[in-house]
Amino acid sequence: MGLHAGMAVSQAQALVPDLVMMDADPKADAEALEKLAVWSLRRYSPMIALDPPDGLMLDITGATHPHGGAEGLVGDVLRRLADVETAGRAVCAPTYGSAHALARFGSAPLRVVDPLELADAIAGLPLLALRLDAGTVHKLATFGIETIAELEAMPRASLALRFGSEPGKRLDQVYGRLSEPFEPVEAPERIEVERRFAEPIGAPETLERYTRKLVDALALELEEAGLGARRLDLRFHRVDNAVQAIRAGLAKASREKKQLARLLCDKIQTIDPGFGVERMVLAAPVVEPLGLHTMSTLGERAVPGVSALVDVLGNRVGEERLFRLAARESHIPERSVERIAPMADPTLLRWPQRWPRPARLLPRPETIETMALLPDHPPVHFVWRGVRRRVTRADGPERIYGEWHLSEAEWLSIRDYFLVEDETGARYWVFRQGDGMDPATGAQGWFLHGLFG
Amino acid sequence: MTSGGTRPHLSQLRARIAEIEGGERRCRTVLPFGLGAIDERLPGGGLSLGSLHEVAGGAQGVTDGAAAALFAAGIMARAEGKILWCMTKADLFAPAIAQAGLDPDRVIYLEAQDEMSLLACFEEGLRHGGLGGVVAEVSRLSMPVSRRLLLAAETSGSIGIALRRWRRREDASDFGQPTAAATRWRVTTVPSEPLPVPGVARPRWFVELIRCRAGESADFLVESCDATGRLALPADLADRPAASQAWPARAAS
Repeated sequence: MGLHAGMAVSQAQALVPDLVMMDADPKADAEALEKLAVWSLRRYSPMIALDPPDGLMLDITGATHPHGGAEGLVGDVLRRLADVETAGRAVCAPTYGSAHALARFGSAPLRVVDPLELADAIAGLPLLALRLDAGTVHKLATFGIETIAELEAMPRASLALRFGSEPGKRLDQVYGRLSEPFEPVEAPERIEVERRFAEPIGAPETLERYTRKLVDALALELEEAGLGARRLDLRFHRVDNAVQAIRAGLAKASREKKQLARLLCDKIQTIDPGFGVERMVLAAPVVEPLGLHTMSTLGERAVPGVSALVDVLGNRVGEERLFRLAARESHIPERSVERIAPMADPTLLRWPQRWPRPARLLPRPETIETMALLPDHPPVHFVWRGVRRRVTRADGPERIYGEWHLSEAEWLSIRDYFLVEDETGARYWVFRQGDGMDPATGAQGWFLHGLFG
Repeated sequence: MTSGGTRPHLSQLRARIAEIEGGERRCRTVLPFGLGAIDERLPGGGLSLGSLHEVAGGAQGVTDGAAAALFAAGIMARAEGKILWCMTKADLFAPAIAQAGLDPDRVIYLEAQDEMSLLACFEEGLRHGGLGGVVAEVSRLSMPVSRRLLLAAETSGSIGIALRRWRRREDASDFGQPTAAATRWRVTTVPSEPLPVPGVARPRWFVELIRCRAGESADFLVESCDATGRLALPADLADRPAASQAWPARAAS
């Protein structure tokens, strides 16, 4: 609509006749920003810092995989903001300074900047992007310096003499030559325990020992609050001001000390303690109510629950690699199965038992050469992967129609499936595209889709 | 124990041999096939729970392992509790597993990145004890690894099935190497019975019990798993006198 921040009210009203106007409320804005930070803490990363007045800084190191990489995460942030009708800009960049600059002054709305492309990406940005105050920017402009690249080209000594250390410091921060303090937001109601060390620690065994101690303390706090953890964040604050984090997820809320410690200790080897760790913080950002439950009755052998195993395995191979397969309402074989969470509630839908289905389904149907009578006879023989097989027995066709209600392209498409057995007794699931008569229903090519046992 | 009363030495000797063979084994229960012909060849009358078993496919089955997978699914269908199914190549088609009697709500699948983490997860699952059984599709299984798996299974009482499956047919010679598994099976598809009308009959498998600890090897011609995971003897064989005991059992089930 041509509106932008800093516009005069009368001008805006001229552009949009029935414009709704409200007074600025910086305090409410700050509160909302903090709320957003706490929400992102649960969803995206254990390390979130406020970047007032209008920004959030997410340290997504090692936290991108649940969203399918950095691009996926940035996309998810924007999508979710759009869901609540909030315009946002997000950039993933190698330094805090450059992320700040690109999110506000970058040209494209959504970008992931590679460390090698950093210099090019920020070269043309205005000096305001460097978080310098307006006075300094104005003074620099009188010298003809308007972009980051121009400032970078200036001799540093004379710059410091005229403008103080600020421009140089900001420049170093944006290029990553100077580290920047990061103050993670801490949710007020969050259950958290921490431990400071007089002497920095670094040996994996020591880290593990203190992890266990922290878990004990956390379990106690959880018990008092009647809660169980669904996610754990363990942060290691190093002496050189860097922070590293471990995140572990649980399929079911728990405060079992052994189980929690195990999940965290499995990942300690991914932590680089550098010159030593001086502070460890263990938090449970996602919790659920969890009542007390009785211990096992006498004489009964306690059977450990499967959810603890699911957590251990999920942390080892990745949560998305652990799943149950459930039926979906579709006749197309490759669409009739969906992956659901391993601890999801029991499903009601089942596949039909009457139609034989192969034990192995090829990732995509493979072309075979066949000889078959049209329109509805099974092949007499076929060649698959270079080997010719003679069909001795066959069953079919089982006609499967395209899902016309989902896709225009499947309006007429048909697959005729046959179960064929060769001389050795091996059984194959083959299909012909089309009904064997009308070319509109498919190209009449033959494919092998699965292997029966 | 009538024989124990008349020949005490013999029963003492039997007890000692049993002690040597599987002294620390906690779980002595077995999972019968419900098919007399097979169960009578297995020590204890079935597949021992809390133990490791190996299943491989024959002929083309060494690369796709389709029949072997259904054989394993049938066994797990008759076991109790949740099943963990570990694989590196997720090409298993769940409806077929459900048709072999294994309910989809009972199976948790794990897709490992490589063979190493697959074996680690296999062991983790066996050691845990809350599962009814674990199936893992492995290609290489060395003696030390299989011994670890066996120990894990013995401590928890879960049944472990190593579904041997190789990338290339030549690699299948690995199946000759000794492992610590209690039994070793090979399942090969054979031509099914011709029907008087066009169509296919229930699939037939030639099941070889290649190795069996404290037992002898044997082979069986069976019909594949039904909707409850049970095998059956082909009708023309079931009528023979030798297998006559198996028939009422199947008719009842």
